[in-house]
Amino acid sequence: MHFPYQGMLAETVTFRAYNQDIGEAYYARPLGPGPFPGVVIIHHMPGWDEWIKEVPRKFAYHGFICVAPHLYFREGPGDPDDIGARVRAAGGVSDEQVIGDVAGSMEFLRALPYSNGRVAVMGFCSGGRHTYLVACRLPNLDAAVDCWGGNVIVDDPSLLNDKRPRAPIELTEHLRCPLLGLFGNDDPNPSPDHVNRTEALLKKLGKTYEFHRYDGAGHGFFANNRPGYRAEQATDGWKKVIAFLQKHIGGHK
Amino acid sequence: MCSYIVEKAALVGSAKGPKGWMHIDTANVYYDHPYHAPLDHVLGIDFICEAEGGRDRVAIEISAESARVLVKKILAALATGDAAHAAIAAE
Repeated sequence: MHFPYQGMLAETVTFRAYNQDIGEAYYARPLGPGPFPGVVIIHHMPGWDEWIKEVPRKFAYHGFICVAPHLYFREGPGDPDDIGARVRAAGGVSDEQVIGDVAGSMEFLRALPYSNGRVAVMGFCSGGRHTYLVACRLPNLDAAVDCWGGNVIVDDPSLLNDKRPRAPIELTEHLRCPLLGLFGNDDPNPSPDHVNRTEALLKKLGKTYEFHRYDGAGHGFFANNRPGYRAEQATDGWKKVIAFLQKHIGGHK
Repeated sequence: MCSYIVEKAALVGSAKGPKGWMHIDTANVYYDHPYHAPLDHVLGIDFICEAEGGRDRVAIEISAESARVLVKKILAALATGDAAHAAIAAE
């Protein structure tokens, strides 16, 4: 009998972030020599929670090295939920800082001796918006996965401010990597109309993208600790994510 | 969606958290995804003392329906209390 061995390592790490600050992140990798493709995970507004730390372990299981930076580390020390509350009260973090932190996370992955050099970014909710943004701003990104990012399109200019000065949709012409988008058709933000408008622009500009929209699902339907979890749609969505990343950044089938 | 909108209420009073009682001067009120409650969205309130840096908080995450019930009960308790105290004062 042959029982194939599978293992992973998951731990907190530090990385060089925006402004050369040293930040903390949660990191997981498969055991073995590699080379492995990399994924950066962007958490949602409430912060660096338990669910977001499960995502790197899921990717490690599928043969990726994966890092989830704590985008609010500068407000620490403290529990991530308390830190998230302080960031919320301050109006969130700036887009520029997030872009710099994601760029630092990408460099962290690429510098690992078992990296294959290719890196994708994936984010959820406000992290989906950040994903769209970094995909348009960072030229060395190899793939992007936007999971129900709201406010990619901003119809009300009063929502723009010093921290979030531009709607990501305005930067679409600079998108250089393949984009996967997953959306629930019952989601009010991004609504089906928002998704239609984003897709129309991507098509018009000749971008490489893949959108999947799910009936019977609203916002955040991957979150298996919330009532909005949709098992069938989430299972299909994860399959599409893994297949998309294997196609564009490599990894075993 | 994730919301960045926070309603701030100035308060006078105290709240009790893991470190014991503390003065509070602000309630940050929001409606967004929770950190802990097993709900898609919650009404959250963080009671803090901004004058002391606002780093400690007493937090709640409750359903929208719970929040509406709570608002009514707060107003009802205030009305009942006002009436009772007015009656005592008149005696």
